[in-house]
Amino acid sequence: MAFYRPARWQQTAALVVLAALLALPSLLDVLDQSYYIGFATRVLIFALAASSLNLVLGFGGMVSLGHAAFFGVGAYVAAICQQAGLGEGLLVLPLAMAVAGLFALAVGAVSLRTRGVYFIMITLAFAQMTYYLFVSASLWGGEDGLPVYERLRLGGISLAGDAALFFVVLGALTVTMLLFSRLAQARFGRTIQAIRENETRMEALGYPVLRYRLACFAIGGAVAGLAGALLANLSGLASPNLLQWTQSGTLLVMVIIGGVGYLWGGVVGAVVLLLLEEILLAWFAHWHIVLGLLLLAVVLFAPKGVAALFGRRDD
Amino acid sequence: MTDPLLEVRGLSRRFAAVDALKDVNFTVAAGEVHALIGPNGAGKTTFIHHLSGALFPDAGKIHFNGSEITRLRMHQRVRAGMARSWQITNVFLGLSALDNVALAVQGRPDAGTSFRFWRPVDREARLFEEARTFLEQVGLGERSGRLAGELSHGEQRALELAMALATRPQLLLLDEPMAGTGPEESARMVELIEHLARHVTILLVEHDMDAVFRLADRISVLVNGQLICTGTPDAVRNDAGVRRAYLGDHL
Amino acid sequence: MTQLFLEQALNGLQFGLMLFLLAAGLTLVFGIMDCINLAHGSLYMVGAYFVAAAAQAADSFWLGLGAGVAGTALLGLLLELSLFRQLYRRDHLAQVLATFALILIANESVRLIWGPAPLLLNPPESLAGPVEIAGFFYPAYRLVIIACGLVVAGLLYLLVAKSRIGMWVRAGAANREMTEALGINVRALFTAVFVFGAGLCALAGGLLGPLLAVQVGMGESVLILAFVVIIIGGIGSIRGALVGALIVGTVDTLGRALLPTLLRATLPADAAATLGPALASILIYLLMAGILFFKPQGLFPARA
Ligand SMILES: Nc1ncnc2c1ncn2[C@@H]1O[C@H](COP(=O)(O)OP(=O)(O)OP(=O)(O)O)[C@@H](O)[C@H]1O
Ligand SMILES: [Mg+2]
Repeated sequence: MAFYRPARWQQTAALVVLAALLALPSLLDVLDQSYYIGFATRVLIFALAASSLNLVLGFGGMVSLGHAAFFGVGAYVAAICQQAGLGEGLLVLPLAMAVAGLFALAVGAVSLRTRGVYFIMITLAFAQMTYYLFVSASLWGGEDGLPVYERLRLGGISLAGDAALFFVVLGALTVTMLLFSRLAQARFGRTIQAIRENETRMEALGYPVLRYRLACFAIGGAVAGLAGALLANLSGLASPNLLQWTQSGTLLVMVIIGGVGYLWGGVVGAVVLLLLEEILLAWFAHWHIVLGLLLLAVVLFAPKGVAALFGRRDD
Repeated sequence: MTDPLLEVRGLSRRFAAVDALKDVNFTVAAGEVHALIGPNGAGKTTFIHHLSGALFPDAGKIHFNGSEITRLRMHQRVRAGMARSWQITNVFLGLSALDNVALAVQGRPDAGTSFRFWRPVDREARLFEEARTFLEQVGLGERSGRLAGELSHGEQRALELAMALATRPQLLLLDEPMAGTGPEESARMVELIEHLARHVTILLVEHDMDAVFRLADRISVLVNGQLICTGTPDAVRNDAGVRRAYLGDHL
Repeated sequence: MTQLFLEQALNGLQFGLMLFLLAAGLTLVFGIMDCINLAHGSLYMVGAYFVAAAAQAADSFWLGLGAGVAGTALLGLLLELSLFRQLYRRDHLAQVLATFALILIANESVRLIWGPAPLLLNPPESLAGPVEIAGFFYPAYRLVIIACGLVVAGLLYLLVAKSRIGMWVRAGAANREMTEALGINVRALFTAVFVFGAGLCALAGGLLGPLLAVQVGMGESVLILAFVVIIIGGIGSIRGALVGALIVGTVDTLGRALLPTLLRATLPADAAATLGPALASILIYLLMAGILFFKPQGLFPARA
């Protein structure tokens, strides 16, 4: 895989899309299609979650199949705080990130000692463990999950309106993508990508490889936690289903569809997958069969993902 | 007499049924070029792996620069002042030659932490200035902008050397730096090593006997995992055991 | 208490043996082909559906079991030839994606064909009741599962540990290139192992069918347990799979049955009530983490 380099046209494209998204709520309002604001918010939240996995998987080269655990933990942290009456987003969101990040740090500390198939299975097992933990935690609603009755406030402004939440999610995604794009070009990004390419070589240059891997894993976990907290607010529920390993699989599918290790891979993948779902589901209830066949086609015929069909990573 | 820079005592390692290293005692003095020779499969690469921390011994101790490093991880040994090259070229093919060396400079503790998330590496002029001097040292100054994947094999070997040098080692472990290079490139590599040897201690594993006898201050001979002799080039050339075990068909 | 313990120990043994049937095929596929197969659980689910459907059609559990196992093995053959052959050469990510896609297809196809409601699979009538052993009653059918599991595990162990094919399989797990260099037809060996693994899946699915619900999604939870088994036992090792499966089976079963009682004895009631089930449900994962910490390659690493 190549190393990330920023592409001018991508930055321009991102700005254009951002402008269009800023206008989206008013536009949907005019068209009387406000239902779609919620849908658009969901897409952006998953774009955030998938991008966080892309950092771990695409840039850090760690095939984690337990990323949904951090996503779900973030959702639960938000729901627990909000049930306890703590509704200030400036506190809750960073807290969700911190808890999810620390949890990722702990999971990573054990799993990153292993490689290859082992790593995949262990991240998966830890995620499943977390899932069962929440399913059996009657205190937090067990299988039914924990409802969020009142959405967060942000600096005192309520996010009860769908447009307000949309703008907050859009802001979170924008800031995250900006940070990721800087991070990928900075020393840290160079380091983790080089470790992805050749771990031994990096150790032989004096890099404490595990430390960088772990940091990357934890950052990914924290951002996933942020996405989870936002999703709990959108859907009004922190459910154990968020932590299920099939959810990790879905995030992975998004990243792969969008292009592993391309800065925008997670975003593109989330948009493509959720749009496909929205369209196909209306048309064919068993759309997962179609999706499965599409994925098989991607594996067999477009191994680098959809984003790769549009051009090289560094042009 | 001063203590040796590197001292290995009783190093043993077994792979399944093969004794890859058997009770090896070995020293490298500061400032020398010490060549390690031996037939294919003798255990030379395995020995280098143990010195660099890629493998760990079943028994024995390794001392470097006065302290024990037997259980240190690879990156810790690099920071202690030991750098290596590989028998098979090991560079980042997707980065330019200059980026490769800059990455090596960046890994050094005195270059600061790599937990920097904001400023693009490309704007860290200091890394690249320094990287350029190492590239020039190995004669790749002109090729700095090329992707490592586009360099010739000999150039890639030189690049690898530049990366090792960029960690500012006291001891360079070179595993067959001439492997797979043509005669012209080999000659250049010999000159380069000769030049480097003025500043840094070198442990050289090499099959090219002309190069070995020209470069080495001392030579050790490894056969079937056992060190059968260490001495000056002349002493080794005339050692009966070495002749029998190994050099017979070379000299 | 002893009676509960004995009963649960038998349950644990039975569960462990079934896990072994699942993990055996999986660990070989991982070990020999270095291929991750998330769809192994789907073979288990499809196998259970095949058995249930065939048993209904034939009105005989044992006929259904035979037909279901054969059908699943055939499906495994088709999958191996059409898809997995291409996946062995690919990286783990491609394998994850492709086998995840298979899960989606399998779950949805089953839902399409048999509907969302669980399928009913009755045990053979002669085995429906309990039998008395050592002073307590235990379902006869569960005893038969244990017997089946022991026989298959024994046969499998003999096959892998003693036979020539088994020697190739072990050699392949330890060093694939070397095995290939020795002129063994690795392709055919891969196919055979995969098909065999699929058959074992269906056997486990069919045997467990009367105890659990035959339903969509049954494969996923069991897949993770099989993973835990393999991680504990060491990838590519049949012996590891057996030991790991028995450990996971008994620890999980006993933990769920006894932990809440134990906690009630030591902790305040409401703390025990919240903590008990939670702790029991993650017990095997904690065990896995502990084992990994000391033996990152598992208990019986196949590769030195
Ligand atoms: N990881 C390993 N597992 C098992 N055996 C190994 C391993 N690495 C090396 N060996 C064996 O150890 C012995 C020494 O190998 P090594 O590569 O160190 O030899 P060498 O002296 O570097 O040979 P060459 O001159 O061909 O590079 C050989 O018999 C080799 O097959
Ligand atoms: Mg060698």
